[in-house]
Amino acid sequence: MSGAFAFLTRTRGRANGGTRLHWTDWASYAYLGLGICLMFGPVVWLVLSSFKTEADLQRYPPTFLPYQQQTMLIEGYDEPLPLFRMTGGEYEGMILAQVRRVGIQAQMVDPANPGERLRTGIDEREPVQRVRLATENYTELFERFTFLRYFWNSTFITLMSTAIMLLVNSMAAFALSKYRFRGRTTVLLLVISTLMIPQTVVLVPLFLIVTELGMFNSLWGVIIPGAATPTGVFLLRQYMLTIPDEILDAARMDKASEWKIFWRIILPLSAPAIAVLAILAIMWRWNDFLWPLIVLTQSENFTLQLALNSFQGELLTDWSSLLAMTVLTLLPIACVFMFLQKYIATGIASTGGK
Amino acid sequence: MFLAILNPLMRIIEIPMLALQRLLGMRLFAWAFLAPNLILFGLFAFLPVILNLFYATTGGDNVLLADRPDVGLRNFVTLTDCGSYLDPNTCREDKFWRAVWNTTWFVTLQVGFMVGFALLTAIILNRDIRARGFFRAVFFFPVLLSPVVVALIWKWILQREGVLNAFLDWTGMGGINWLVDAQWAFAWSVFISVWAHMGFYTLILLAGLQAIPRDVYEAAIMDRASPWRSFTRITLPLLAPTMLVVLVLALIKGVQTFDEIYAFTGGGPGTATTFIIQYIYEEGFAGAPRLFGLAAAASLMVAAVLVVLTLIQLWVNRRNVDG
Repeated sequence: MSGAFAFLTRTRGRANGGTRLHWTDWASYAYLGLGICLMFGPVVWLVLSSFKTEADLQRYPPTFLPYQQQTMLIEGYDEPLPLFRMTGGEYEGMILAQVRRVGIQAQMVDPANPGERLRTGIDEREPVQRVRLATENYTELFERFTFLRYFWNSTFITLMSTAIMLLVNSMAAFALSKYRFRGRTTVLLLVISTLMIPQTVVLVPLFLIVTELGMFNSLWGVIIPGAATPTGVFLLRQYMLTIPDEILDAARMDKASEWKIFWRIILPLSAPAIAVLAILAIMWRWNDFLWPLIVLTQSENFTLQLALNSFQGELLTDWSSLLAMTVLTLLPIACVFMFLQKYIATGIASTGGK
Repeated sequence: MFLAILNPLMRIIEIPMLALQRLLGMRLFAWAFLAPNLILFGLFAFLPVILNLFYATTGGDNVLLADRPDVGLRNFVTLTDCGSYLDPNTCREDKFWRAVWNTTWFVTLQVGFMVGFALLTAIILNRDIRARGFFRAVFFFPVLLSPVVVALIWKWILQREGVLNAFLDWTGMGGINWLVDAQWAFAWSVFISVWAHMGFYTLILLAGLQAIPRDVYEAAIMDRASPWRSFTRITLPLLAPTMLVVLVLALIKGVQTFDEIYAFTGGGPGTATTFIIQYIYEEGFAGAPRLFGLAAAASLMVAAVLVVLTLIQLWVNRRNVDG
């Protein structure tokens, strides 16, 4: 035990018995522990809640794990009846099934003797519960056609927009990094200046352009403007500048066309930068909210984000479906994050967000 | 499988590109590569900026510019017609000024808390701790969550019969209907915004801290400088450029806050958490009549603020690069 304590409090690099943890180390670990609770806690709570039945979600105070009242099919009754454990009165200690409840009285039946009805007060019993994951929250979502529709819309927008952005941006980055031509500086400055005008401040005219091009209420109205992001041009250009020009010259000697040089040499060599950009673009487009909110007004075109937002705005929120849907919306991003954490971190740090 | 689609596609594009190459020659061929990107930027980035000016000076609720009557600067007059700018109640467009003041307060608090906590977290993560990668991921992952998901997670916790109120009831403090009370709703908006975005700035600050050479600290230890002194005399000055970048970035993003708060409170209760982008959205797109002119005029004002901030950012970046 003391060995374990010594192991845990040992400081790195000074393992040979010298220094113990300073109080600042304890404070650091306390802060980090608090951080885990505050950062992970809400998400864990969301996931646990998404496995609760609607009845369980209504319970106050809530329980940590998802519980469900046990039921039993009893001879002579069509529906399964909820089970209660009697805590007082005549039948104390027995497990009875409730036939129906009348005010503060309940009609119960003993599963062993289904013929006889027993009357009890509702204050002398407690429900028989067990931990059970209400997976029907999820299966119901898939049975409803609309959820798959939203999922498909989100996926389609994300993939198309990312693909277009990667192609167009890498072409521009190639031209800006490997060619010398008049106007190159001007183009670079123009691209920089688009950084200054985020989508949020040109919503009205953007709406006009998208409407004029016939893309209002169409998924393309989200895909095409989403592909016009300057970040990618910068990221890829910086990377392509490090590719030596001699490779290109050698290919030109062999009479390769410029396009072939681009997709046979430049693209494969910039694969790491393209991968980072692809991950970022997928995240941006999957999480997009404001612009889809403006362009997609019919519910069959909704993305997952829009669907989530409109469901939660309804008067009687159906929390069990909503929570399950929230979990499914964050799942793809969570998977991407778990496998590609390192790339995302470097990518975001090098592009400054968006 | 991916390459199976990509390769034929690239071959098809090669045919027109090769023809273009023969036609244009090497000197002009760069433009063939630039064209798709420039068309996209032109249509969806530059053209909107110019059109925005026209929208801001026209009225009515037609989308087509040709059908919109010219009203000169009236939209700006409407927005800025105020008895006192400090009191939105005296303004003609009181919602706009409420949004402006809400945004100002929000950005001040959010950026302050966020950069503060990000700095603290980065300093702790930069210490000699175990499982640094794991802890970095812990603080970073909310950055990747979609704004709507962030809003729903916290709405579920904060609802009247939610887990936080259950906890408060259990401790005997009694629950509060958080999102119905204007001040609490605002405070929680700041909180979830900090919660969601802090990791990003922590990452940048951590990179900045790790770029500070170790030998400077070793020299300080040789000189028997206290840890506090080496923090204030070495860490803070050497981190200042990174801090400046972080501050400006956070300001730029803070001004544009919309998604998570809109999904979280819907701007309410009343207008307690209505920010400037939500004002633009509601004037231009959500309500009827659609006041595109007013929305465009308000956008221009936000754009002016953002351009100033971005210029500062570019200047800071350049200065950092030049050393």
